Amino acid sequence: MTVGLFIPCYVDAFFPEVGIATLELLERFGIDVAYPLDQTCCGQPMANSGCHDDAAATERLFVKNFAEFDHVVGPSGSCVHHIREHLTAIAQTPQVKKVRATTYELVEFLHDVVKVQDFPWAEFRHTVGLHNGCSTLRGLREAKTSEINEPDFSKPMDLLSKVKGIQFAKPERPDECCGFGGTFSVYEEPVSARMGYDKVKDHHRAGAEYIVSADMSCMMHQRGCAERLGLPIKFIHIAQVLNGARE
Amino acid sequence: MKRIDHAEASSKFIRAKDHVEFHDRRLWDLRQKRDRESEHLAEWEELRSLASAIKEHTLANLAGYLEEFERNAIKNGAHVHWARDAAEHNQVVFDILSSHGVGTLVKSKSMLTDECDMRPFLEQRGIEVMETDLGERIQQLDDEPPSHIVVPAVHKLKTDVARVFAGTIGTDPKNSDIHYLAESQRQHTRPYFLRAEAGMTGANFAVAETGSVVVCTNEGNADLSVNLPKLYIASIGIEKIIPRIEHLGVFVRMLSRSALGSPITQLTSHFRAPRDGTEMHIVLVDNGRAERLGMADFWYSLKCIRCGACMNTCPVYRRSGGLSYGATYSGPIGVIIDPTFNLRKYSMLPFASTLNGSCTSVCPVKINIHEQIYKWRQVISERNQLPMVKKEAMQIAGKVLASPKLYRAAVGTAGTGLEHLPRFMLYNRLNAWGRQREVPEAPQFTFREWYLKNRVKKRAKP
Repeated sequence: MTVGLFIPCYVDAFFPEVGIATLELLERFGIDVAYPLDQTCCGQPMANSGCHDDAAATERLFVKNFAEFDHVVGPSGSCVHHIREHLTAIAQTPQVKKVRATTYELVEFLHDVVKVQDFPWAEFRHTVGLHNGCSTLRGLREAKTSEINEPDFSKPMDLLSKVKGIQFAKPERPDECCGFGGTFSVYEEPVSARMGYDKVKDHHRAGAEYIVSADMSCMMHQRGCAERLGLPIKFIHIAQVLNGARE
Repeated sequence: MKRIDHAEASSKFIRAKDHVEFHDRRLWDLRQKRDRESEHLAEWEELRSLASAIKEHTLANLAGYLEEFERNAIKNGAHVHWARDAAEHNQVVFDILSSHGVGTLVKSKSMLTDECDMRPFLEQRGIEVMETDLGERIQQLDDEPPSHIVVPAVHKLKTDVARVFAGTIGTDPKNSDIHYLAESQRQHTRPYFLRAEAGMTGANFAVAETGSVVVCTNEGNADLSVNLPKLYIASIGIEKIIPRIEHLGVFVRMLSRSALGSPITQLTSHFRAPRDGTEMHIVLVDNGRAERLGMADFWYSLKCIRCGACMNTCPVYRRSGGLSYGATYSGPIGVIIDPTFNLRKYSMLPFASTLNGSCTSVCPVKINIHEQIYKWRQVISERNQLPMVKKEAMQIAGKVLASPKLYRAAVGTAGTGLEHLPRFMLYNRLNAWGRQREVPEAPQFTFREWYLKNRVKKRAKP
């Protein structure tokens, strides 16, 4: 099995450590991982703005980069959600359909495909608040949402609970959107920032030392908010925790 | 026509600290009550599917059910009128009122009459219109439209209501006790019920099988409006039809649970036939609904039962207030309905969303609200209604991200590093990010640079 490693543009540019943790984590399970060097972005920023024509070439490039792999794995729920549900600006050839169907967010890949039972190297002696991005939660359905009357489940929680020493804070509104929303964060800045402030305060009140998430874009926004508010709360991607980061 | 600028309006709303905090807390409380009520019903998700299926069936056979409703309503002794649009609706209502010599109309809450701008139309023609729903009355006295479809004055604090009432119905401006304020409004309204020559309601449901109008309320004002005057008019959007009385239970079980987190409204009134010596008129209103029904991606919005659950759960709505949408319908449901009334005016509303999907998950009739918001963005872009600066930003982003070379030039740390990053991520309005948030620090290297050094080179070794 060869996995194509998809490192979204903003992770590549701002958070290389998250890409490294994702790669190392997959390698720990003996998976053959390759990173196509010509990758850029999934096309979501343009498509979410309604500009499908402007998204088409980027989507085409994405499919070209990842066509050869059995699985594509990326550490970002929102980008993976775009690929799986919304990569429609280009013709839906069998190749496009295959890439869309075999692209996974890291947590669901570990949970559903690799079926990881243990992370013996992982230990994180901190109280963390889990943040599920909305695309990860309601789009990829990685956990039960508070709105739906259904049995409880959570793939990220299943994985994190295998980490030694970790404790969980219980925010009042665990699955309310943090207000990032891609270009929403700049075009609707007043509401976006307000939502971000409310989100980080909620986690802080609940005693979270860290916010951990499979969505670095949400955390980029939340971190910006927490720093501006002067809240002593730190941010770490779930890949880093599962890969054995201690802090 | 000028676009409604939701971002600017929300900024004003957020600056009123007490208001935004109260508004968010109050509506979140309704959302939590809704969760608890829905958890009490093991069959909740099944009910949602059933309600959605009934609505979709009805909308797919709407003409037949409307005619069945009309036949049965006439059989019951009601007069049935049809109105193609808001102007026709207002004229029909005015004609009924003026031919009966009506000087005062008491009405209960109706989003449809707000949609049609009926009140100013009648008032300009000398008919006094009295809103009798407490929240709607507060808004009428303050000369503001409702900010929420179920709780019209939810954006106001009790001190705001005290100010409005003091200036209009003469209460003590220093007394903001809610019981005092509610009782004052009640006493003020009572004489109007006795004096009005006509009463009016909207409808929550219109049952084709029985020709009856079903109105769900908590204050009793609708029943007084219907049962005291000798003339009763019900204005009904054509999408309010349900086929059989047995279907009503599905919706009634969900409506108030979704709206307010209460098991049922205080009153569920079935208005079927005029009382002896009185008249009952029903106005069936299209006003864009038939056109919406023909829209492949958007007709599902007609399933809406106006419970407001999507507004209560919407994190954007809770922090921007209903008035910031500049339309009769606000919040998520407004975002997908408003552009059908005026695409350009409401072209920025579908961007007042993070696409988080909570609205879709709470919707009792399973409208795919956030997916429709996503679709509307495409329509707005295709019809050239995006602001030029955004359009250009997306064209540039599309070019850069489609080219590995241009992309690497933009994000590479070898060159100027961070200075390029926000431009590539955010383009214009860069400072919008930094106004209330810190910008991420520039890393020493991109992931790709690390990979080339730590993996590609290693792999290349024999």
